[in-house]
Formats: sequence, structure tokens, C-alpha cells
Amino acid sequence: MSALTRARTWLDERFHWADLVGPLKKKTVPVHRLSYWYFLGGITLFLFIIQVCTGILLLLYYRPGANEAFESVQYIMTRVQFGWLVRSIHSWAANLMILTAFAHMFSVVFLRAYRKPRELTWLSGMVLLFLALGFGFSGYLLPWNTLAFFATKVGTEITGQVPVVGRHLMIFLRGGEDVTGATLTRFFGFHVAVLPGLTTLFVLLHLALVQYFGMSVPPGVEARWKTSPQEARQMKFFPNFFLRELMAWYIALGVLGALAAILPWELGTKADPFAPAPAGIRPEWYFMFMFQTLKKIPAKLWFVDGEVVGILVFGAAGLVWMLLPFFDKAGGGRGRKFIMGAGVFALAYIIAMTFYGYAAK
Amino acid sequence: MRRNSGASKARFLVLVALSLGGAVCARAQNTCLACHGSMEPPLQVTEQQFANDIHAQKGLTCASCHGGDSTKADMDAMSKAAGFRGKIDRKNVPELCGRCHSDPAFMRQYNPSLRTDQLSQYKTSVHGRLFAKGDTKVAVCIDCHGVHGLRPASDTRSSVHPLNIAQTCSRCHADANYMKGYGIPTDQFAKYGTSVHHDALTVRGDLSAPTCTTCHGNHGAAPPGVDSVQNVCSKCHVFQDQMFEKSTHKAAFQSAGLPGCVVCHSNHGIAHPTDEKLGGGPQAVCMQCHTPGDFCDQQRAAMLNGLKKLDDAVQAADKVLSVAESSGMEVSQARLDQDQARDALTKARVTIHSFKPALVEQDVQEGVKIAAKNLQAGQTALSERDYRRKGLGLSLVFIFITVLGLFLYIRQLESHAPKA
Repeated sequence: MSALTRARTWLDERFHWADLVGPLKKKTVPVHRLSYWYFLGGITLFLFIIQVCTGILLLLYYRPGANEAFESVQYIMTRVQFGWLVRSIHSWAANLMILTAFAHMFSVVFLRAYRKPRELTWLSGMVLLFLALGFGFSGYLLPWNTLAFFATKVGTEITGQVPVVGRHLMIFLRGGEDVTGATLTRFFGFHVAVLPGLTTLFVLLHLALVQYFGMSVPPGVEARWKTSPQEARQMKFFPNFFLRELMAWYIALGVLGALAAILPWELGTKADPFAPAPAGIRPEWYFMFMFQTLKKIPAKLWFVDGEVVGILVFGAAGLVWMLLPFFDKAGGGRGRKFIMGAGVFALAYIIAMTFYGYAAK
Repeated sequence: MRRNSGASKARFLVLVALSLGGAVCARAQNTCLACHGSMEPPLQVTEQQFANDIHAQKGLTCASCHGGDSTKADMDAMSKAAGFRGKIDRKNVPELCGRCHSDPAFMRQYNPSLRTDQLSQYKTSVHGRLFAKGDTKVAVCIDCHGVHGLRPASDTRSSVHPLNIAQTCSRCHADANYMKGYGIPTDQFAKYGTSVHHDALTVRGDLSAPTCTTCHGNHGAAPPGVDSVQNVCSKCHVFQDQMFEKSTHKAAFQSAGLPGCVVCHSNHGIAHPTDEKLGGGPQAVCMQCHTPGDFCDQQRAAMLNGLKKLDDAVQAADKVLSVAESSGMEVSQARLDQDQARDALTKARVTIHSFKPALVEQDVQEGVKIAAKNLQAGQTALSERDYRRKGLGLSLVFIFITVLGLFLYIRQLESHAPKA
């Protein structure tokens, strides 16, 4: 009896292993011309795992604090064996993870995978996207460089504009009136403790829901399969889909390695809170569409602060977007059209404003 | 309560009326502007012009200089009885200004830190000496400072603000017709415009950079004598002065009656000094006096070689660090250390004024050592970059083989087993 079989028997005797992995063996994935969109969620998960691993490695050397943070990242980049690779992969994977998360979200919208019974899967996914943005915002400040310092200043200032709770929220985020070492310590806490904990919980919930409901089939394909069931095709999750997903992960790893080696994430100059803000302060690319919109809104709209209006509109749009699955049924065909329209508009708006933000001086 | 409140209000109103009345009276006292504001030049002095004048701002009136009684209306203001002096004759301008500006007790009321020796200095200046001889073409106070719209020198709009002084002096000194008969060149302003000093003052905005008055003095303006040129330059170029003072050239220049720094660097059109000055080309200055092949020529060549060696070392390190930086390598510390190498080069160029190759070589060696260390850091970064790229290439090959293997395995798996 081989060691593997002995271990399996040992587990089976105690935990009924065969019952536990049974559903996985039976799990299937629909096969159709849009199946490749199914890989995006898995790639996002893979990048999250990379983030956790490289984040733990960075924690071995990173020191939070206004006097040490920059120097410790510089040390990681120059002195620590393969430190440059770990830090560059961490930064690139963070950006790619948000990109694939956005792509995953829009694929779900356009393939209408959010439909009943998967409303909670959509909601948990949206929470995960917000958590990923929170990771990005808090992680951006950690190297304590000039660009990150002033971008955080602007970002938290915008939070301060939220009616009623804005100021309290800003002081809570900053750990005081201004962005200081206290903000850095706070962001570090969010980045390495609060957000990973919450994200792990929601990832498990999201995966459990995906597992429970199975993969959604796009309505067009579903209708065709209903009329001609002989066309319906499925593949086993294990090993067929799993091996394909593994291929996608390997390719993602190759892209990540190439980016980290050819374009190492730069460190910039150490933040000086007393220096004037340099020109061209910009947030990370995934906040650019909001930042550019707020910049372009007139200072006063009628008698209300333009920025406040912008924040309220984004807040309302975010809420509507989160509740998107519930509109699908509400107005019948009109609801579906509204969701498709909102999806196309949101995608076009985000792309256009992001490019505009980078092109504008 | 109401009555008390009413009385307070009345007292307040009276106070306001009195203070307003006072202000109106103070303004109404200067009746001169009522007429002169609407006259044609040169008799015109507008209220706006006068309001900008530092004297008016300190409470002086037209009568303070021109006499008369500016509180009276019509021609009574300009009566002899009221002490009216009328237009100030050019010959009397310095003395008139000096009445107040040479009186420390009077000036203390307005600006205790302002010097009160302008008139006595003026009398020692070339302008003042010619003026005393009856030459009224030379500059008097109002020619430089203006009149009726006179602003303090600290005001950037003032004609005597450091940024405007050269322009002010050039109004006469660059006018060949006006300067005819004085026997001095009129190209100073044009030359100064090409100089490193002008560049520092106007382009870099360094107000401590020299303009005409920095070297020539202002109220006591005169060309620095041959012996004092070095002292003038050394006000800023301290280290160069210390080196030159101990050098063999000091005595040699003195005995030949040569004006120190100016011999090599010129005066008004001082260009940014380059190492070419030590060379043998058209910009070279040493060989204007020295003989090719002599001891001094050899010393010159040794110093020039030293500078070139350090300059090359700094540039080589810069180049490698730039490539490393643009490849995304972290070389900020070496970049920062390059400043020390550049400082050593600057120091070596200053040490040239000692005309001792051994001293120059000390600075050169110090800089070369730093530049070599930075070059090494850049080369290490480039090796590291190449190592990373090789590692990446190897990883990509492994990844490709694995992906291909998976692909073939899936094909094999699915060709044998039917799909679920």
C-alpha cells in the first residue's frame, strides 16, 4: 500500500474523506463559447494568494513608521535577497488583481450571471471588490513616498467631504487632523490585519456560494440548450477545468514575473510632510475615474459644494450597482435593458475618465 | 438704560465724525495735487503716482521738498511768503535730499536702519566729484531713484531694486551719445547681459548675485582700482580669494599692475568658467602670458588633466547610473553620492586658484574615489538587472513547458475519457 493510499485511508476512517471530496468529483462546469470568462474569478483568487504570500514575506522586513517605512522598503529593494522581486510582484499582483476583479465583475454583468439564485454571490463579490480597493488604498501609503503621501492626503480629504460622517471618517482614517506617521500605522493595521481577515471570510463565502449554485450559463446558451438538450455540454471540474485553470494561473505567473523583472515597481522619494505638494498628484489608476470626475465638477452646483454632489452621486451609483441583480426581475425586460445599459455606461465611463485623467495635465 | 445707550451712541458718532473729519482734512491739506494731477507733463503729478511714493506714504507732502503751504487753496499755496521754492534746480537736488537723509535723528523716526551717509558717499563718487565741478549731466539722486513715484529699494518695481539696477545705470552708461566726452566704454550693460552674474540674478532669481552696485558701490559709485578688484570679488568668492592670496600669481600680478581676477575672468561679461580656460585653445588664458613648454605650462597641463580625469569619472558614473535607473533598478543612494563627487570637482576647480597641482590632485583623487564607488554601484545594478532578465527568461521557459505539458495532458485526458 502506497503512502498516499495509506494517508487517504487514515483520513477516510476519521473524517469520511470520500464524502467530503465526493461533491468535488461530481462538480461540472458548463462548456460553451463564453466559458473562458469563468477563469477570471480563479485568476483573481490566484493573485490574492500571491498577495498573501508576498505580503507575509515583506512583513519580515517592513517597519511601519514615518521614520522607518521608506528606508525599510528601500532596504528590501536593494539589500534583501530577492526582496526586489517580492516587492515588485506584490505591487504588480495588487494592480493585476484589481484589474481582473473589475473584468470578472463586468463579465458577470454582461453574461447576466448575477441572476437568481446568485444575488448573494454578486453581493459578496462586490464586497470583495471594495475590500480589494481598500487594500490598494491602504497599501499605496505604506512605502511612505512623496506620491503616495500626497495622494493619500487628497484621498482622505475627499472622504472628509462625505456629508455628516465625512469629517469623523477622515479623522478616523488619518488618526488625527493630518496625514502623519499615525496614519501610516493605522493604514498598516488595516492592510495586514483588518482587510485580510475580512477578505478571507468573504472569499470563503463567495467560493462556497459558487460551489453551492454552480457556474451560471449565459441566458442565450441556456435557452439554446433547453430547446436542443443534445447541444448541452459539461466538463468535470476535477481534473478537466482545474487543469485549465492551472494553465491560466501559470500564464498569470509568467506575466507577473515578466512585469516584476522588466518593470520593477519604483520607490520614488521619501515623503516630506513639510514640502509643498509636487505637480501631478494622482491616485492609483483604479481610483482615477472618480478623481478626474471630482476634479471636473464645478466648485459650486447651485448652492451645494460640487465635490459633495460628486461623492453623493458616486455613493448612490455604487449602491445601485450593488443592488443590480434585484433590478433584473423588477421591470421584466426593461430591468434587463437597464442593467445592460448601466453596464455599458459604467464600463465606457470608467475607461474614458481613466484615460482622460492620465492625459489631462 | 435707553438714555445711557443713546448717549454712548452719540459719543461714538462724534468720535467717528472727528476721526473721519481728521482723515478728510489730512487728505485735503495737499491741495497741490488738485491742480497738478490734471496738468500735462512735466508738471503733472497724479494722485496715484504720489500715493505710490514712499515719502507720501510716510506723511510727507509736496511742500516738504518744494516749500509753500499745501493746505492753502489757489496760488496762496505757492507764495514766497509761504516759502515756496518751485521746481528744484538739478544743482540743488543732492543737498535737498541730504537735508533729511543725512540727518540721523530725523531719519530714525521713519527707518532707523537706513544709512544716512548717502550724500557724503555721493560726494566721493565719480558722479559726485564731477557734479561738484559743475557737470550737471552726471547722475544725481533722482536719476536713479526717480521722483514723485519713488519706491523703496526693496520694492521689485523700484528702479533701484537689484533686478532693475543694471537697467537704471544703462540709461546713461549704455548711451554712447550721452557718454561722449567721458572716455569710458558704453558696452558694460551689453556685456553684463551675457555674464554668469546676470544669469544668476535674472534667470535663477538669486538676488544676492552681483549687479552694477555690488562691485562699484551705489552712492559712492566708482570703478574699483586695480588693487581692489580682488577684494571686491572676494566678497562672494571667498575660497578663490584665499587660494589666490597665497599663490605666486598674487605678487606677479601686483608687480605687473594687473587687476587680479579680471585678468583671467574679465569684468562685466564674466562667462561661466570652463576647464577650457586652462587648456591651449582659444578660450585659454594661461598661455596669453606663459611660454609653451615652460614649467608653468606643465603645471597648467597637470591641473587640467586632473580636472578632466575627475569630470570623466563623474560623467561615466552618471551614464551607468542613468541606464540602471531607467531599467528600474534602485540606485538612489549612488545617485545621491554623485553629488559628493560633483562637489569634489567644484572644489578642485576652486583650488586651481592656488596654482598648485598637488593641491588640485588631492581634491581630484577624493572625487575620483567617490565616482568610482558610484560607478561600481551602477555596474552592480546592471549586472543584477541582467541576472534578473536571465532568471526571468529561464522561468518563462519553465512556465511555457509546464503550460504546454498541461495542455497536452488535458488533450490526452479528454481524448480517452468522454466529457461529463
